[in-house]
Amino acid sequence: MVPTSYYLILSAILFTIGVLGVLVRRNALIIFMSVEMMMNAANLAFVALSRQFGTLDGQVFVFVVMAVAAAEVAIGLAIVMGIIRHRDTVNVDHIRLMRW
Amino acid sequence: MIEYAWLLLFFPALGGVLNLIFGRRWGKQVTGIVASGAVLLSFLVAVGLFVSLAGLPAEERELERVLWRWIAIERFQVDMGLLIDPLSVFMALVVTGVGFLIHVYSIGYMWEDERYVRYFFYLNFFVLMMLTLVMANNLVQTFIGWEGVGLASYLLIGFWFFKPSASDAGKKAFLVNRIGDAGFIVALIWIFAVSGELRFTTLFEPEHLAPLATSATAIGLLLLLAATGKSAQIPLYVWLPDAMEGPTPVSALIHAATMVTAGVYMVARMSPLYAMSPAAMTWVATVGALTAFFAATIALAQTDLKRILAYSTVSQLGYMFLAVGAGAFTAGIFHLFTHAFFKALLFLGAGSVMHALHGELDIQKMGGLREKLPTTYKTFLVGAAALAGFPLLSGFFSKDEILLGAWERSPLLWLIGIVTAFLTATYAFRAVFVPFWGRPRQRKLYDHAHESPPVMTTPLWILAVGSVLGGLIGLPGLSWIHGWLEPVFEAVSHEAEPGVVAWILMLVSALVALGGIYFAYRVFVVDPSLAARVRRSLGPVDDLVQHRYYVDELYMADVVNPLKALGDWLAVSFDQRGIDGIVNGVGQAATWLGERARRVQTGLVGTYALTLVIGVVLLLIYVILVAQ
Repeated sequence: MVPTSYYLILSAILFTIGVLGVLVRRNALIIFMSVEMMMNAANLAFVALSRQFGTLDGQVFVFVVMAVAAAEVAIGLAIVMGIIRHRDTVNVDHIRLMRW
Repeated sequence: MIEYAWLLLFFPALGGVLNLIFGRRWGKQVTGIVASGAVLLSFLVAVGLFVSLAGLPAEERELERVLWRWIAIERFQVDMGLLIDPLSVFMALVVTGVGFLIHVYSIGYMWEDERYVRYFFYLNFFVLMMLTLVMANNLVQTFIGWEGVGLASYLLIGFWFFKPSASDAGKKAFLVNRIGDAGFIVALIWIFAVSGELRFTTLFEPEHLAPLATSATAIGLLLLLAATGKSAQIPLYVWLPDAMEGPTPVSALIHAATMVTAGVYMVARMSPLYAMSPAAMTWVATVGALTAFFAATIALAQTDLKRILAYSTVSQLGYMFLAVGAGAFTAGIFHLFTHAFFKALLFLGAGSVMHALHGELDIQKMGGLREKLPTTYKTFLVGAAALAGFPLLSGFFSKDEILLGAWERSPLLWLIGIVTAFLTATYAFRAVFVPFWGRPRQRKLYDHAHESPPVMTTPLWILAVGSVLGGLIGLPGLSWIHGWLEPVFEAVSHEAEPGVVAWILMLVSALVALGGIYFAYRVFVVDPSLAARVRRSLGPVDDLVQHRYYVDELYMADVVNPLKALGDWLAVSFDQRGIDGIVNGVGQAATWLGERARRVQTGLVGTYALTLVIGVVLLLIYVILVAQ
């Protein structure tokens, strides 16, 4: 059996990549993708630990996370649509109205 | 009547309140009647109290009626109460009696004034406060009355506040008085701290009085300071001449007959304390004597009729202080009584002259008024004679008794007193001869002059009668007033029997009075140029006296201006730079902080996300490393 720590390390790496993506990338859609990646990293951790302890709780929760991710993407993309219509750009660096 | 003593204070309070609320509505006539009536009712209560007291044997004439408990904090117990004893009732009679006459006179005098109703409210308020002062059974209440009459004085002196001179005079009176009040407060605290008592009845019992023996001199001097403020003695007399800016009936009531006597009353009331300090009493007598002389010299040079009377008041109050300082307490109160009559009379007479001459007060513009204003002239003459100490009039007896007391204390004090008496007779009759005798100096003024209405002349007649007969209560040998006030002063004064010396001194007083009158006659009637020659011969002294010894200028330069400069300096360095600096500084600091803090709001989602991440990392570090 593959040691659980491998899965967790992979999850951590994926999560970190996702965080860096959110922080560094300028394209709003890429940022969304990075957020998805973070959520998938979390899912991986859930599943791995579920297998380790032999309960189904983790696996069930993965479905919850997926549902939340889907809802969040729906709303997020709607907001992006609004921004595009307004500013004709998806570059988050250009959207800084609420500044000092 | 004793049980209804509180009515004494209630009536003026009621009168004042009623007039305040309804005065405008029910018109000037009713206002005047209500106000005067209130004081009259008070007078009747005072008479009732007098009768009740007289019905008791002399030793029992000290009653207290507590109205209500005011302050009760452990040791510090102060109530509002009335002390009904010969002295307080006597004072109440003077205040309400003369007060009533002046209220009536004011109806006529102030009739044309816009703020007629307000005037009568202030007058009633004054009477209320003065009665609070004299009837008080404890020092704190006395002080309340003390401050209250000061307030009334300020309001009434500055009654015509739109005149800068009047409002300045009001302020001056209050501020100068305040200096004295500081002395009163310190003395009051001192007395309480040492003896624990502030009620007169208990304070003057041996066990409470004894601990004050060592501090009696200091306390006595502090109270003297307060008295010099209220009763216009050196050094705090300067407000009284300026107070003549107020309506003349006010000058008569407050600055002649009643308020200014509060200082004398207070010293008399505190006689057991003063008795413990011969040094303090000497100070009192000396201040009184010097003030009497000093003010009399100034009065001689004044050309404003009311100012002559104002300085005369300062001088006569000096006599009263001389009396109480010399141990002749009853003589001082006796003179207070006679002075109230003739000085009020003189002031009201001056008011009558002003009324006739449309406000003119410069005696150098008057002349020959005795034909035009016969009643005013006759009553004024009586008043001046009483003031001068013309034999057998009231002033003669009271002043003579003071001089007798002074002689027994120190012939030097007597000498100052007798010289002052000569000057008094001179300036008093100067005020008679120059305006009323001779030829009119300003024809137009003279032609328009007319006698005052009965509402004003009747009080003049009543006061004139009082000025003549007032001496009967204190005839040497069978003095009623001595018997009456004896229980109050028995511990302290040692009234001597009239011996040969007393009769000689009385003769000297009579001669001096007549001499002064004759001298005035020579100088101001027979040979007017004599006055100019006398003044020239005095040289620089003449200039000094003409300018009232430059005292006001001295105070202005050495007290007022330095204080103003200090105030200006503090306003800039402390208030503007300091306090405002701190307050504005807080604002500036907040702004500075805000400028820095707002840069957090970059508007970039990325920045916020980074902040989030950093926060999470820190939290993780904490959880993993620290919270184990």
